[in-house]
Amino acid sequence: MDEKDKFKLIHKSMFNLEENQNSEINEDIIKRTYYMLKKIRSVEERIAEEYPYNEIRCPTHLSIGQEGVPAAISTLVNDHDYFVSTHRGHAHYLAKGGDLNKMIAEIYGKTTGCAGGKGGSMHLIDKQKGFMGTSAIVGNSIPLGVGLALSNKLKKKNSISCIFIGDGAIEEGVFYESLNFAVLKNLPVVFICENNLYSVYSPLSVRQPEGRSINLLAKAIGANVAHADGNNVLESRKVLKEIITKIKTCESGPWFIEFDTYRWREHCGYQFDNHLGYRDENEYLAWKKRDPLELFKKNNQVLIDYGKIDKFIESEIEEAFRKSKTDPFPEKSEAYQKLYAE
Amino acid sequence: MKNITFANSINEAIKVAMSIDKNVICYGLGATDPKGIFGTTVGLEEKFGSERVFDMPTSENAMTGVAIGASISGMKTIMTHQRLDFFLLAMDQIVNSAAKMHYMFNGELNVPLTVRLILGRGWGQGPTHSQNLQSWFAHIPGLKVVMPSSAEDAKGLLLSSIFDPNPVIFLEHRWLHNSSSEVPDGDYRIPLGKAKKIKEGNDFTIVSMSYLTAEALIAAKYLKQFGIEVDLIDLRSIKPLDIDTIVSSLSKTGRILVLDTGASTCSVASDIISKLSTKCFSYFKDSPCILTMPDIPEPTSFELTKGFYIRAADIANEILQKLKIENANPYKDIPEPDPHDIPGEWFKGPF
Repeated sequence: MDEKDKFKLIHKSMFNLEENQNSEINEDIIKRTYYMLKKIRSVEERIAEEYPYNEIRCPTHLSIGQEGVPAAISTLVNDHDYFVSTHRGHAHYLAKGGDLNKMIAEIYGKTTGCAGGKGGSMHLIDKQKGFMGTSAIVGNSIPLGVGLALSNKLKKKNSISCIFIGDGAIEEGVFYESLNFAVLKNLPVVFICENNLYSVYSPLSVRQPEGRSINLLAKAIGANVAHADGNNVLESRKVLKEIITKIKTCESGPWFIEFDTYRWREHCGYQFDNHLGYRDENEYLAWKKRDPLELFKKNNQVLIDYGKIDKFIESEIEEAFRKSKTDPFPEKSEAYQKLYAE
Repeated sequence: MKNITFANSINEAIKVAMSIDKNVICYGLGATDPKGIFGTTVGLEEKFGSERVFDMPTSENAMTGVAIGASISGMKTIMTHQRLDFFLLAMDQIVNSAAKMHYMFNGELNVPLTVRLILGRGWGQGPTHSQNLQSWFAHIPGLKVVMPSSAEDAKGLLLSSIFDPNPVIFLEHRWLHNSSSEVPDGDYRIPLGKAKKIKEGNDFTIVSMSYLTAEALIAAKYLKQFGIEVDLIDLRSIKPLDIDTIVSSLSKTGRILVLDTGASTCSVASDIISKLSTKCFSYFKDSPCILTMPDIPEPTSFELTKGFYIRAADIANEILQKLKIENANPYKDIPEPDPHDIPGEWFKGPF
């Protein structure tokens, strides 16, 4: 794959999106989408700032650069829909309406955290919001998302289950097993693959055959598929909206969407790591030019007062960190509680 | 109350569970095929419909995850595998997800999942079709492990497992499927985590599990003619383990033999001895003993498996030696049946 192809971003989805001129991209949607986009970015940057102080003491995987897809879907789902996600799950948790204070407190290991300090950054949960957990094991949450969809189908609920994965999960056997079953049972589930080209330091080129498309693999298993630019938030939203509508209204069965995107910082931790040489600085800069946040602002300049939203987000973040730092740690006896449900 | 087989008792427990709770679903490879997993799932699809009872792709890992996903959103899932060995493909889901979710999400989620695994020995099952890995599962915090030894217990323990809010590994010994006993009707439950005293005696404690309880009963009957009365405890649950019942028996007899259908190292049997040694060392009148499978895979050949399994004679012999009773020849008096590799005449193979 030459450099040009590598950076080619595919703007057209693989299926025929019906053009909807009356698309309800209104000011409210723009505002809410921007809010989530900026919120994820700012939260992650604040974590990066705080991380060197060694008060955050758990493996932490930041979503900086990959905010586009979570922001795009945040205005398309409700509390009855389910999300499951991965080690890099902060963005999905926030996009599903997960409580910021509880997330930051969890990362700090505090009793007020969403998992009482037992899970940390890689195990976020907000059942009330339909956020059914993240897993530190690549591919682990895929079948859970399919099981949630099975449950919805059996209970005849008109809700969807969204499974967030990366390109690495495509190499896990459980991905094929899960997608096969989802297709077999025509389940209301969306596999959302954020392809950021790397699994830790290993590029796609050492993991998957050159030129083979991830979404076409999924298509061969029988899923409906789409492919879109994950850094173009409104395009991603349009693709997602159409697919979610199809699943909810015409029982279209499972969908697999591949979104191209890029992680800016190191796999795990707060630093930049391009100097290690596993990826090219130019590649990083090329993707940075396609920053989902800046692109969004450029394309929606006249509509909103970004400064006002930014200020609100800053105050939310300030409050979350202030609280989390001063909140108490759990009692030591908590370590021995809640092994079994009563 | 009626006299039915272990396999029918399992079938009845699932029927009862599915009748009283519409959120119970049941699936597994072969669950709806004509043989219905040794008869244990026969008739379920007809009665409860193919949405709730279905066959599955040969995808043990994902289908375990699917069961977990369904279970955290209100379903109660019964999943079955015809051999425990195939379930080894699902270790990620059972260990990293099912066992952990309640704890690591601080009680937000719970996983009411029952995984029925059939294990056994004999008929050339060999290295990869005969593993008894109860100690693996018991080692994982968050799982419960159940091993019934009779038709009655199979029903009572399975119903409790299905309605337990936690993941339960339910281990059925294939050699018990055709054994029968009186089984209460309806929603009959036996609490998990409590052992059952099968026989009362003051001379020697035998702790047993699953099929070995049947062998232990033969040994106990044989030992009686030497004036030896054994206290026979059937564990029922491997985890939680009812150590109190064992401690109380040891305080009476001072002598103990623990049986285990699995391999020796890190076995349930060795763990029980370890617990007793740290908890109540002064109760021992003699060094404790265990009888387990050796630390090698099970061979396949008919000849290679002769004398390979734990038998009543081995159990009797161990106790006779400990009590220094001479002039007894259990290997002659209660020899290994011929053929040795099947549970009884009813069994015509293949498994």
